[in-house]
Amino acid sequence: MTAAYIEDFKSLSSNGASLEPKWLRDVRREGIERFAALGFPTPRNEDWHFTSVAPISEAVFNPLRSEAGRIARSTLDPFTFGQSDWPRLVFVNGRYHVGLSTLNMPGAKEGLRVRDLHTVLHEEPALAMNMLGKISPVGDRAFTALNAALMVDGAVVIIPAGFESAVPIHLVFLSDANAAKGVSHLRNLIFAGQHSKATVIESYVSLGDSHYFTNAVTEVSVEAGATLTHYKIQRESQRAFHVHTIDAKQERDSHYVSFSFATGAALSRTNIYTNLAGEGCGATLNGLYMADDEQHVDHQTNIVHAQPNCFSREIYKGILSGSAHGVFNGKVYVHPIAQKTDGKQTNNNLLLSEHARIDTKPQLEIYADDVRCTHGATVGRLDEMALFYMKSRGVSADKATRLLTYAFAADVLETIEVEAVRAELERATLERFTGASTAE
Amino acid sequence: MLEIKDLYAKAGDRDILRGISLSVAAGEVHAIMGPNGSGKSTLVQVLAGNPAYEVTGGSASFNGKDLLSLPPEERAQAGVFLAFQYPVEIPGVSNAYFLRSAFNSIRQARGEDEVDPLDFLDYMEKKLELVDMDIEMLSRSVNMGFSGGEKKRNEILQMAVLEPKLALLDETDSGLDIDALRIVANGVNTLKRPDNATIVVTHYQRLLNYIVPDYVHVLAHGRMVKSGDKSLALELEAKGYDWLVEPQGALA
Repeated sequence: MTAAYIEDFKSLSSNGASLEPKWLRDVRREGIERFAALGFPTPRNEDWHFTSVAPISEAVFNPLRSEAGRIARSTLDPFTFGQSDWPRLVFVNGRYHVGLSTLNMPGAKEGLRVRDLHTVLHEEPALAMNMLGKISPVGDRAFTALNAALMVDGAVVIIPAGFESAVPIHLVFLSDANAAKGVSHLRNLIFAGQHSKATVIESYVSLGDSHYFTNAVTEVSVEAGATLTHYKIQRESQRAFHVHTIDAKQERDSHYVSFSFATGAALSRTNIYTNLAGEGCGATLNGLYMADDEQHVDHQTNIVHAQPNCFSREIYKGILSGSAHGVFNGKVYVHPIAQKTDGKQTNNNLLLSEHARIDTKPQLEIYADDVRCTHGATVGRLDEMALFYMKSRGVSADKATRLLTYAFAADVLETIEVEAVRAELERATLERFTGASTAE
Repeated sequence: MLEIKDLYAKAGDRDILRGISLSVAAGEVHAIMGPNGSGKSTLVQVLAGNPAYEVTGGSASFNGKDLLSLPPEERAQAGVFLAFQYPVEIPGVSNAYFLRSAFNSIRQARGEDEVDPLDFLDYMEKKLELVDMDIEMLSRSVNMGFSGGEKKRNEILQMAVLEPKLALLDETDSGLDIDALRIVANGVNTLKRPDNATIVVTHYQRLLNYIVPDYVHVLAHGRMVKSGDKSLALELEAKGYDWLVEPQGALA
C-alpha cells in the first residue's frame, strides 16, 4: 500500500526527521516523491518479470523505530559462527542494539570505524552526507526510493587507507517476535579506503517465524587498490519479506569479492550491482540460494565493466524443492571502452521436486570488441546413476539425496575464504533438507 | 545363498533377461560370460536393484529373503555388493566420507554402533594396502579424476570395506592393464571366504586365470545357454561364442 508509506513519511518528517539537516531532508523528500511516482514494481517491469511483490505491496507494515530492550548475548550464538571476538554491530528489529554489539574494535587506533547510522547522522552529519546516496541512486528503483525516504538506522563501516583487518566485521540484523507486521528500512554504508583489505559480513537473521519486511540498501565504495570481501547471509524468518540492494563502486585495481547465501524469507530479492569504474579491477560474485515449500528467492546481479582490463567471475547455484520458485537474473555489461574485459558467469540449478521452478536469465551486453566473456546456465535434477551408486553401497535413499545435494553446492561454498563462515554455511546447507550435521 | 528362478527383465521396451535360473552357494565363485548384449551385465544390475531395469517375471531369493522386493540400499545392507563396470563420479563428496557413510549405514542396519572417523581411518589402512591405494585417495572426491584402473581398485576397496556376502563384479576387468588386473584379482581372492560368494561377469577368459571360478555360465539373448566348470571358459577362449549362440531370429 503506497499510501501507508507516504503517511509514514509524513509522520517521520514531522517528528524525528524534522530536526535533520536540509540535505537529508532533501534525500528523504526525493525518495518519497520518486516512490509515490513509481509505485511498487509490477511484473511488467523487466527487472521484476519473474517476481511479484504483491505480497509486499498489498500488506501494511508498521515502521519499526523503537529500540529493543535487554536481550541476552547468548541469543546471538546461532549467528556468530562461533566467533565471539569478531567486531560486530547488532541491530534488533531495525534499530542499533548497544548491548549486543562489540564496541572494542581492533583497529580503532588505526582509524577503523564501525558505527550505527543513526548516531552518525546526529553526531557526524558531514560524514554521512559524503556517503549517503552517492553510490545507490534512487533512479527508477522503488524500494531504494522508499528506503531513502524512511531509513532510520543501519551500519557505517569505514576502513582506513592501508588498513588490513585481521578479522571480519560482522553486521547482524536480527528480527524477533517484536518485528511482527513491521518494516525496517536499513541503510548501510561501507567505505574501503585505498589499499585496504577487509571482510564485512551482513547477516539477516531471525528468531521465530514473524511476518515482517526488511528493506535494506548497502552502498559500498572500494577505493583504489583495496580488496573488500563482502558476504551477505540471508536467513530471515520463513514468513518474512526481504528486499536488499547492494551497490558497489570500484576504483582502479580494486577487488570486490561478494557471496550471497539465501535460505530464508517467504519472498526475497537480493540485488548485487557492481560498477568496475577503474582499470584493472576484479569482481567475484558468488552465491547459493536454497528454497523449499512456497519460498520465492530472487537474485539480480549486474556487473558493469566501464573500464578496460578488468575481470569478473560469477557462480550462482540454486537448490529448489517443494513448490519453491527461484529467479536468477545476471547481467554483465561491457562498455565500448572496456577492452580486454574478461568475464565469466555461470548459474547452475538443481530441482529436487516436480513443482519447484527456476527462471534463470544470464545476460551479456557487450559493446567492446576485444573481450573474452562467457556465460551459461543449467537446470538439472539429481543424477539417477549417482543415487543408485550410493544406495548400492547401503546408503539410505534419504542420505544419498542429501549428500548429492550438498555435493552440488560444495564447490561454490568452497569459495568462501573465511573458514568459520564456510564451515557454518556448509553445515546449514547439509542440514537444510534433512537435518543432518556433518560432512567433510 | 542365492536362488534365481526364471528371471525376466527389461529396460524400457526391450526384453533383456528371458528366463534366467541360477543357484549360488556360499564359498562358490561363478563366472558369467557371453557376447555383448547377452544380458550378463543386466543380470547383476537387476540383482543389485538398478532402477533402469524392470523385473517382469521370476524370483531371486537371497538367504531366504525376496531380494527383488528390497530397495537397493536394503540389498546392500543384507550383504549384496555390485562392483560397477563404470563407477560413478561424485564431485564434492570425499571418498573417505562416502566409504564411512556406507560402512556405517550397513552397521546401523545390523544394529551395530557407528564407527567414528579416526577408528575408521585405522580400519581403512589395511584395506588400502589390499588394493595398493594411497591414503591420499580418500580425501579426493569419489572417483573424480581417477584413472580407469584407479576406479576399479576403488570398487574393490569399497568391497573390502563393506565385506559383502555376495559380491557381483560387473566386467571389472574391462579396460584394465595386466598390472591393475592382478591387483584387482588379488583383492577379490583375498576377500574370498567360505561364507561368501562371488559372481564374476566378464567378456574375456583372461580374468579367470586370476579369479578361478567353480562354475562358468554362458548367456546369450537373455538365456543361459551352457553351464560348466572352468574348462568351459578355456573352450570359449579357443572357439569363441558362435558355436553356442544361435542367431537371434531362431529364438523368436
